[in-house]
Amino acid sequence: MRTKRSTPYLFLMPYLILFSVFIIVPTVMAVALSFTNYNAVETPEVVGLTNYINLLTQDTIFLQYVLPNTVLFALIVGPVGYMLAFFLAWSLSQLTKLPRTILALIIYSPSMTMGVAMTVMWRVVFLGNQSGIANYALTQLGIITEPIVWMLNTNYIMPIVIIVALWGSMGVGFLAMLAGLLNISPELYEAASIDGVRNRFQEVFYITIPSMKPQMLFGAVMAVVNAFQAGNIGVMLTGSNPTPQYAAQLMVNHIEDYGFTRYEMGYAAAVSVALLGIIYTFSFVARKLFTEKD
Amino acid sequence: MAINGNKVNPKKFHKNQIPFYLYLIPIAIFMGAPIVYIINHAFKPMDELFAFPPRFFVSNPSFINFQNLFQTAAGSSIPISRYIFNSFVVTVAVVLLSILISTMAGFALSKMKFRLKNTIFEVNNLALMFVATAVTIPRYLTINTVGILDTYWAHILPLIAMPVCLFLIKQFMDQVPDSLLEAAQLEGAGSFRIYWKVILPLTKPAIATGAILAFQSVWTNVETSNLFTSSESIRTLSFYMNTLSGVGTVQGQGMAAAAALIMFIPNLLLFVVMQSSVMNTMAYSGMK
Repeated sequence: MRTKRSTPYLFLMPYLILFSVFIIVPTVMAVALSFTNYNAVETPEVVGLTNYINLLTQDTIFLQYVLPNTVLFALIVGPVGYMLAFFLAWSLSQLTKLPRTILALIIYSPSMTMGVAMTVMWRVVFLGNQSGIANYALTQLGIITEPIVWMLNTNYIMPIVIIVALWGSMGVGFLAMLAGLLNISPELYEAASIDGVRNRFQEVFYITIPSMKPQMLFGAVMAVVNAFQAGNIGVMLTGSNPTPQYAAQLMVNHIEDYGFTRYEMGYAAAVSVALLGIIYTFSFVARKLFTEKD
Repeated sequence: MAINGNKVNPKKFHKNQIPFYLYLIPIAIFMGAPIVYIINHAFKPMDELFAFPPRFFVSNPSFINFQNLFQTAAGSSIPISRYIFNSFVVTVAVVLLSILISTMAGFALSKMKFRLKNTIFEVNNLALMFVATAVTIPRYLTINTVGILDTYWAHILPLIAMPVCLFLIKQFMDQVPDSLLEAAQLEGAGSFRIYWKVILPLTKPAIATGAILAFQSVWTNVETSNLFTSSESIRTLSFYMNTLSGVGTVQGQGMAAAAALIMFIPNLLLFVVMQSSVMNTMAYSGMK
């Protein structure tokens, strides 16, 4: 569409101003702060790469617990959550409208309850005494005799956090993929079956996925973000930061621990920058995957 | 016809659809059970909250937890109506403003030609991965510098620019045929008129989805109250609800469940309304 030269910028301006002030500037500041020693009161003191060197050599908690936890958590909640979201959306698209809408609503609803509601629910399910639902069910089934103190047992905290994160991960990415699936023209499928596409598998890979690439990429991005944003689940469920013996300590928690508990803002900023780096690596991989399939 | 008699978005039930139900229904039960549980929990009277063995369903529903919730609020200096009012103002402002600026920006990025177009879109794409909690500290410093600390704006302004909203809306606008816009231009419509009369009506599904996203980001947001405000009188409902859920007692559990339900219901209702409109518009829009 042809416009005056200034028109696009007029339309973009309100967004760009807010975007710069609240997203770009803080990110740039985080990078700048990461090279300083800053306790939120005194003027930041420039320390060069010290924070990063400490992060990679001195911070045993980071190297022993936080980093491996974050990678494990992100790999499972990201790619697995994503494939699950696509699979569920695809399955739903094969149903008639009413049951599809109802089932989609139910599957989507957990992602609306993140935060307050989620904490209450899952805390009751995984209550450490025998009146917790999980303990009661397992006792009734004869699997355990003594109640398990879920939120203090380091073997269980991480798996529970992952399950809860997956449970809440069928969010907007899932919806976008469902919408994308339903938007594919039926003629494409008919043409494909005439052209010799034989099974569902071929259909999904040759017709469905290429036809809904915008939604697929969007879903992938949402999966990455979701995987890293869900970092608060462990702290909310166990009610403490750090989580018991750092069993579910993720980078987001580590940042808060240093930033708001110890007021080592410069160091916290260095962890933030490292986290952003990891997130961008993940999303870079996701984008590569989807540009190749073109 | 499509393979095995199955096809996408079928009009009628067919026995080939049964296998999908066989796993979708159990998954839906797993996903929905905790929510059904919280609804039941919120209406349990004291003796049922304490009951052993624990019960899933409520047998004598009562509003005692909601009463306790409102009484606790009445006992503090700020009435609950104030938190509700604050949340309402902040939520409406964020949803409307973020839709407005994202659709405007999306229109420019999708349909206009200018030099920085690709750069801006790329930067926005990178920002999709922006995790606000990672840069909470510099965000606080920026908000302090802008001078909106401890005002309503501290709830509103930081949340309006949502890269996800813009991305989604722009992607959707790309599917609007250029010929429609050119036809409108030939009839003498200016850019703003085209935006208002052509683009907005044709992007309703994306707008609905954007509204859901914006709503969720603001309605359950605890961070802005926690970090960017200090006066109790301008904090939001989600902040207040969050302080309650910290109470570990059984009575606290009932109250927290009631609070969780109050936070959840508007979310659910909005989604039910919007989702049907998204699906309807998608099914009948016929543009591809």
